[in-house]
Amino acid sequence: MDLSYTAEEADFRARLREWLRKTLPSLPPKPSPDDWPARRAYDLGWQRTLYDAGYADVHWDASPTMRLIFLEETEKAGAPYVGANFVGLLHAGPTIAAEGTDGQRARWLPPILRGDEVWCQGFSEPDAGSDLAALRTRAWRDGDDYVVNGSKIWTSHAEVADWCELLVRTDPDAPKHRGITWLALPMDAPGITVRPLRTLAGSAEFAEVFLDEVRVPVANRVGDENDGWRVTMVTLSFERGTAFVGEVVACRRVLRELAAEARKNGRWDDPALRRWLGRLNAEFRALWRLTQWNVSAAETGGGVPGVAGSVFKLRYSHARQELYDAAADVLGPEALDLDRPWVPDRLSSLSYTIAAGTSQIQRNIVAERILGLPKGR
Amino acid sequence: MRFQLTEDQRALRDGVRGLLVRRFDRDALWAAVAEPGLDRALWRELGAAGFFALRVPEAEGGVGLGLPEAVLAFEEAGRALLPGPLLATHLAAGTVAGAATGETVVAAVDGGLVEWLAEADVVRGDAAGAVPLRSVDPLTPLHRAPGAAGVADPVAVLLTAAEQLGTATRACELAVQHARTREQFGQPIGGFQAVKHLCAELLARVEVARAAVYAAAVTGDRADIAAARLLSDEAAVRGARDCLQVHGGMGFTWESEVHLLLKRAWVRAQRGGGVTQSEELLAADLVA
Ligand SMILES: Cc1cc2nc3c(=O)[nH]c(=O)nc-3n(C[C@H](O)[C@H](O)[C@H](O)COP(=O)(O)OP(=O)(O)OC[C@H]3O[C@@H](n4cnc5c(N)ncnc54)[C@H](O)[C@@H]3O)c2cc1C
Repeated sequence: MDLSYTAEEADFRARLREWLRKTLPSLPPKPSPDDWPARRAYDLGWQRTLYDAGYADVHWDASPTMRLIFLEETEKAGAPYVGANFVGLLHAGPTIAAEGTDGQRARWLPPILRGDEVWCQGFSEPDAGSDLAALRTRAWRDGDDYVVNGSKIWTSHAEVADWCELLVRTDPDAPKHRGITWLALPMDAPGITVRPLRTLAGSAEFAEVFLDEVRVPVANRVGDENDGWRVTMVTLSFERGTAFVGEVVACRRVLRELAAEARKNGRWDDPALRRWLGRLNAEFRALWRLTQWNVSAAETGGGVPGVAGSVFKLRYSHARQELYDAAADVLGPEALDLDRPWVPDRLSSLSYTIAAGTSQIQRNIVAERILGLPKGR
Repeated sequence: MRFQLTEDQRALRDGVRGLLVRRFDRDALWAAVAEPGLDRALWRELGAAGFFALRVPEAEGGVGLGLPEAVLAFEEAGRALLPGPLLATHLAAGTVAGAATGETVVAAVDGGLVEWLAEADVVRGDAAGAVPLRSVDPLTPLHRAPGAAGVADPVAVLLTAAEQLGTATRACELAVQHARTREQFGQPIGGFQAVKHLCAELLARVEVARAAVYAAAVTGDRADIAAARLLSDEAAVRGARDCLQVHGGMGFTWESEVHLLLKRAWVRAQRGGGVTQSEELLAADLVA
């Protein structure tokens, strides 16, 4: 068991730190959360900055440990997070890299890395959430095109996306996991309507996407027809694997800020609160160690982080919600003021036990795939 | 960074596990419950295997290994529910003559309690005026000692956490085994989500605790150790409770092993200033 870093890793960290120190002060101010075009421009601009400095492909080509260092250092330095590049960098991109043809990789990957194009994820449907494989958006072959009809929901960043990684049903007669196909949908194709949905936090983070006779070239299919479920599983394991590294670092910082605030406003004198924050300190320290453990396992085992990510996601999503509940306890009546720091975060933390597979679904995965308990339906 | 067990560490863990399977199986566990008292022969065997002298430098006749290896050995002891003042004797090795070899049995006063006082050859700390109490754990005789609890020794806290981790792992294994084999309503109860999700939470607590305990063994940092302690206490105590629930009426019987896990976990949770001291330490760390 070794938690020290190699000379090469330490050097990577030192150079990255130095670069962040020099680069971050010249970034433009963060845009308002409601201004989507500005958010898109800001997030893409950051990706372009990374690209120019040679850090753009860290999510794909670097070793898991280098990726960990990158996410840790950028977060500690207060650098922007992936934002609108999330799906491109962490779902669609890795899927195309793993399953696409040379031509597809050449078409789609460089614009993601350069910060030219935004992707969104069109998986969930009104009647297919946890039971994703029940999706019904239909695609028929017509010459060199698929013709797509149906609707998607909860599509994050749909309003500003250039591309959508779309799951469609191509064989309605096959068992539900076997009739699904993965398509890259250009978001400017005729027949697409995007209707923003307002979240409980008040902002429009995701949208409904209606697809009416939308033509998608067969050349945009990644993987074989009806093999989309397998292709998708590659993507989902990325999502649950290292996607939260930066956030754990951020939560540890917030926890210190909370303690400082509590000292200032007197709440610190309450031993029950102090001990609660102490327990959260333990939890986030342990989640950081679990991340290092999983990264090391990926390093030795090679490849995609697997079901161990479900254990992490299960604990992390609850810990994050508890962190902001503790923040509310520190704030007292101020916890009802949307202009106070942490109050909007408390609202957005509520999505963590739902998005990317609910906690109940994660428990099913842990019980069935790790512990080998009988599969339910 | 290679935060995984090395070949040698895996071999050491398997070695300790093998020894305990041979020398302290289920029958031995129940024999110990029926006939409380320390098995001195087993104690010397543990000594010969290097359990107590694990961290004593080679130059002083020890095994010369570090905290990570000690943590792996204590985890196995916790998994087997091995009784006896393992911690006190291990901590005394190299200081108290005969502790390293298991010839001398050592007990220690910790937070107003002494485990295994009557069986000990040497007692560390002030046990004057200690009175026996009717121990909740049939495998840990206890004395109540007057005097206030001091600041906990971090190594003792960490090795206790390792024992808790082992017991939590055992609770998870027992729960899953029972969930797979016990049938009701014509199916294994592990097919019911309510049971399945208890098992998933059991595992999640074990895995988070494991990462915390192993990391604390590597860094030796006081806050890391306090974190390891809180998470492994929770994994063991809650884990044994959930394991009991999965076992139904069987879990409430004396014959089932489950209560032994829970009671031992309760005893260990009292060590090292209890949970409160670790929570306060981690709170103070946030404003340090
Ligand atoms: C902020 C946010 C962003 C999102 N972004 C995207 C996106 O970009 N693209 C995309 O495709 N999707 C996205 N999603 C959708 C997300 O993946 C789904 O919401 C999630 O998978 C749950 O599906 P559902 O909402 O239909 O809930 P349901 O599946 O209807 O679940 C409702 C409740 O039933 C429980 N439940 C369902 N099935 C089971 C079962 N088998 N066992 C036990 N309990 C069960 C669930 O745990 C939940 O508590 C996003 C969601 C959120 C909140």
